[in-house]
Amino acid sequence: MRSNKGVMVFIEQNNKQIANVSLELVCEAKRLADQLKVDAEAVVLGYNIHRELAILGKYGCRKVFYTDDKRLSHFTSVPYAKTIVTTIRKYQPQIVLFGATTVGRDVAPRVASALKCGLTADCTQLQIGDHKIKDKTYHNILLQIRPAFGGNIIATIVSPESTPSMATVREGVMKMVEIDPTGTTNIISESCDLADEDFVTEVINVVREGKAVDLKSAKVIVSAGMGAADSEGLELVKALANAFGGVVGSSRPVVDGGLLDHCHQVGQTGVTVRPNLYIACGISGQIQHRAGMEGSKRIIAINSDPDAPIFSIAHYGIVGDVHDVIPKMIKAYKAKT
Amino acid sequence: MGLKIVVTVKQVPDTHNLSRDAMKPDGTVNRNALPAIFNPEDLNALEEALKIKETLGATVTAISMGPPKAKDVLKECLYRGADDGILISDRQFAGADTLATSYALKCAVEKIGGFDLILCGRQAIDGDTAQVGPQIAEKLNLNQLTCVSEIIEINDQTVIAKRIVEGGYEIVKSRLPVLITILAGANEPRSPSAKRVMAFKNIDSKVCETSYDEVYVEPDSCDMIGFIKEWNARTIDADPSICGLSGSPTKVKKIEGVVLTTGVAKKVENTQAGIADLVHELIEEHIIG
Repeated sequence: MRSNKGVMVFIEQNNKQIANVSLELVCEAKRLADQLKVDAEAVVLGYNIHRELAILGKYGCRKVFYTDDKRLSHFTSVPYAKTIVTTIRKYQPQIVLFGATTVGRDVAPRVASALKCGLTADCTQLQIGDHKIKDKTYHNILLQIRPAFGGNIIATIVSPESTPSMATVREGVMKMVEIDPTGTTNIISESCDLADEDFVTEVINVVREGKAVDLKSAKVIVSAGMGAADSEGLELVKALANAFGGVVGSSRPVVDGGLLDHCHQVGQTGVTVRPNLYIACGISGQIQHRAGMEGSKRIIAINSDPDAPIFSIAHYGIVGDVHDVIPKMIKAYKAKT
Repeated sequence: MGLKIVVTVKQVPDTHNLSRDAMKPDGTVNRNALPAIFNPEDLNALEEALKIKETLGATVTAISMGPPKAKDVLKECLYRGADDGILISDRQFAGADTLATSYALKCAVEKIGGFDLILCGRQAIDGDTAQVGPQIAEKLNLNQLTCVSEIIEINDQTVIAKRIVEGGYEIVKSRLPVLITILAGANEPRSPSAKRVMAFKNIDSKVCETSYDEVYVEPDSCDMIGFIKEWNARTIDADPSICGLSGSPTKVKKIEGVVLTTGVAKKVENTQAGIADLVHELIEEHIIG
């Protein structure tokens, strides 16, 4: 028997500020909860953040299970996992969603291991549907959709025989919509039953350098792929981004190769973006990259391989070498303005 | 005395360098057409272990779950300086998701016993889940430090490490034993030592096929073959009901080959005039400028 309980979101907070991905997931939880005719709920850990939690009501979250303890003001794995497990055991949600952040990807597997339930990483789509195993049909379960195997296949994953179904989702994948500006939420205080021995990690120092690049709010993104992955190519990509008033994005191999920081990465395991203009420079267009940018209003693809998959989703295609094409674009732009 | 370090390593299909014949016509992946490689971040984890071995003194045991062919990556560990390797292989483990995988690895680590440090790559490139490390830690009731880019200080009691987080980093301290997952940028993994390759290349005589095959075959015996032990479900006292497919709560409902949308890009000639027209259009429509 599946429980008839809510759709829960783990709310991540840094310095009392609720992470965007958590608000996005509350919106998604509300959408799923409406289909299931249950409530969207949240589990929050922190210290002295009651006031910041009111905003969750505007996104459709009706219940917030909040554990307030000074020792929980900053994330560490063991106490957070234990507290989330306690809350899940108490309220028996049927679905729990986590942001696929360094915190979510650290704590969610630990929680899933303790609860012996399924967990699917980096989902790009969530649905409610049925699943049949032999003669038994499971109704209204969470379908967790993600690219797999290096993005060459799209897999739909289910975990019908254990509860809850858990998934992590990257920032930007789900849309944030303030659905109910006057909506309120009911904050339910949970007691903290952690011993000092549970706090096995000592946080000595936290340094936030701020995101060097804000891909999500950029209107123009010029992204470098392996076709631009040399020092000259990257300089050209930066110059084009500067000329067009945009920022520099990247495909995964360029980040894996250490040429650009992870904060530049667009795609399933990076950031999902929807700028007015996306220029893919020497990017072949693997599904995990496309998943992160195909919602862009205009896409220009520059690639020397006329068969590159990126051309199938681009609005404009230029077959040519990045090193040759970009200078022409900059020259044309300077001539027009 | 030195530390006892366990490094988890995985042999993975090289999903980052797929050739066209890697996909079957029905949209499924032809694993046999994929070269099998050492999961990249596991090499970084091994390198951290070897660095500790050099500075502090340690025994480094590499452990891998997979088909018999996964012995290749354990040999690669020996070539670089690991003291021994353990292959966990059994038909019972086939079809394991991260929960069932971490259970089997936990049983193996318990059989090894008395470790101070477990080092894992942050994630494997065939699934990119980053789940197995934290799940091993949970099952061993162990603390975890994930996404570590640098082990700043380590002694036989504690470790101080740098974790990369969104927009910055954290410096954290933990007592040993602890499980740490290592990022790609942490170090430059060393190459195999020629001397060690000569010493270990013939430690067993089995011929390894060149492609990745997910079929698990029961090892011939649990005996030590050179420096690589082969353990099966019985050896590590794993409960078959929570191994492999039956121990995996996640099921694959559906797999679809990626079908490209049929949109056709407007072709822009790679000439100064062609590109100038495009730029002009973007300015006219207030997309840029």
